[in-house]
Amino acid sequence: MTESKIKVDHLTKVFFKKHSSVAAIKDISLDIKEGEFVCLLGPSGCGKTTLLRILAGLEKPSTGEYTIAPGKENKPLQSMIFQEQGVIPWMTVENNVSFGLRMRHAPKDELKERTEYYLDKVGLTEFRHLYPSEISGGMKQRVSIARAFANDPEILLMDEPFAALDEQNKFILQEELLSIWEETHKTVVFITHSIDEALLLSDRIFLMSAQPGTITREKKIDLPRPRNIEMVRSNPKMGEEFVDIWQHLQEAVLEKRH
Amino acid sequence: MEKSISTYKMTQSESVEQQLWKKSVRRNRAFKALTIASPILLLIIWEILSRTAMIDPRFFPPPSLIILEFFHLGATGQLFHHVGISLYRIVGGFFLGVIPAIIIGLLMGMYLPVRYTLQPLVMALMPIPTLALMPIIIIVFGINDISKMVTIAGSVFFPVLINTVAGVTNIDRIYLDIAKNYGAKSKDYFFKIALPGALPMMMEGIQMGQAIALLTIVAAEMIGANSGIGYLIWTKYKTFVLKDMYVGLVLISFFGYFFSLLLRGLQRKLIPWQKS
Ligand SMILES: Nc1ncnc2c1ncn2[C@@H]1O[C@H](COP(=O)(O)OP(=O)(O)OP(=O)(O)O)[C@@H](O)[C@H]1O
Ligand SMILES: [Mg+2]
Repeated sequence: MTESKIKVDHLTKVFFKKHSSVAAIKDISLDIKEGEFVCLLGPSGCGKTTLLRILAGLEKPSTGEYTIAPGKENKPLQSMIFQEQGVIPWMTVENNVSFGLRMRHAPKDELKERTEYYLDKVGLTEFRHLYPSEISGGMKQRVSIARAFANDPEILLMDEPFAALDEQNKFILQEELLSIWEETHKTVVFITHSIDEALLLSDRIFLMSAQPGTITREKKIDLPRPRNIEMVRSNPKMGEEFVDIWQHLQEAVLEKRH
Repeated sequence: MEKSISTYKMTQSESVEQQLWKKSVRRNRAFKALTIASPILLLIIWEILSRTAMIDPRFFPPPSLIILEFFHLGATGQLFHHVGISLYRIVGGFFLGVIPAIIIGLLMGMYLPVRYTLQPLVMALMPIPTLALMPIIIIVFGINDISKMVTIAGSVFFPVLINTVAGVTNIDRIYLDIAKNYGAKSKDYFFKIALPGALPMMMEGIQMGQAIALLTIVAAEMIGANSGIGYLIWTKYKTFVLKDMYVGLVLISFFGYFFSLLLRGLQRKLIPWQKS
């Protein structure tokens, strides 16, 4: 049995203001194994981003705690891919990709090598000197992905990286992500509200309830890898899973209305 | 792609687009012509009105005479002396104001304690015209170039400061999050996020400061100086040599235009990520 990489223990986050308080997530516990690709799937506003931001060290939990197991070398613990506008407008594509490496003063040759490798992986080598305002939305997400992988963290946190893309681009990027991931098998926590996306990518899916977000169910997806979208679409078992998850989310959303 | 350019035959859509493109080129040319024509037209009208004495040529000498006077003054070397000394004060005072404004502005934008400490001071000092402080500045620094530079610096400082602070505070939070997530240190926040992120607004402030520096130098040299363009304008006015006074005014206008162009060029160099 592989060891656990991320342990989340009864995490709760409440946003408190003078006249109101919002419970974003409530009592969430997770145990994610080394090398696992998990998806968090839930309706809008259920606290997915909040949970990820806590794991990314950008937000403090109100109660509860979490640990990310450190690696052997002094690699960064985690890198996040943001929901939107994740590339820095005043840096070229190349400088965005190498950002993490530069921040942690990686050795010059490592920096160059990793940056070039991942620029090539996401097909942006010829656009390396352009600024984000000069490239398309899909290319920007590729920059975000390349930056996260180039940084070589212990775990990757991805917040709906493909939500703003059109269908075609989404499929392409999902498969690109999978092929990059197959090389490294890093532990990934991936947020989405697309069931198809979750089925395609995950080893395990955590389903969340509407606000305040709790984990209501988990599902193992044992479709063999490497996968592609046709495999998911044509597999009757995945069809059943789709309907099952869809009904579950439907209930979660309706419950909130009452 | 296979056909060579000489044998290349345009498709119908391409020739439609070509017509549109040609039309837009013509339009742009027309606009440029207007930009050049309007000041020239104004000068011609002025010339005619002055020559026919429909406006008093003693107060409004014809532009052609002003231009002649410009060469005359230039030949005596007098002009270069005044222009040189004014430029020296403007450039010196400009940097004396802009550099601390950028540094303090970035600090105020980045660090809340600094902002809350300095904010009331800035708000209290900003409304005071630096020219009104000239007597005190002269007492402290004397009637010399330094006191002019300090006066200019004082009036350039605030617009640059305010714009720099606004530039930093308007940076989208997400870029701070990215920096934090990827392990940025304070130095990195400062140089990789705050400085470039604030640069567009900062440059607008500097552009404004440049104009204020010119306004200030003329007024400052009128009050306490024995050289410079402002001094030239003032003495020529008092001795009623209005042609020479106009030469001074035209020079100021020219430098304003020149510095604007210079800063716009600099802006394009410094902010290559901004779509024009
Ligand atoms: N900084 C904050 N201050 C106050 N409330 C917040 C803050 N951040 C999030 N919330 C609230 O917490 C809840 C969960 O927000 P979160 O962004 O985590 O949802 P999400 O699941 O990521 O939604 P989406 O799918 O739309 O991105 C929402 O009700 C939101 O209004
Ligand atoms: Mg979200």
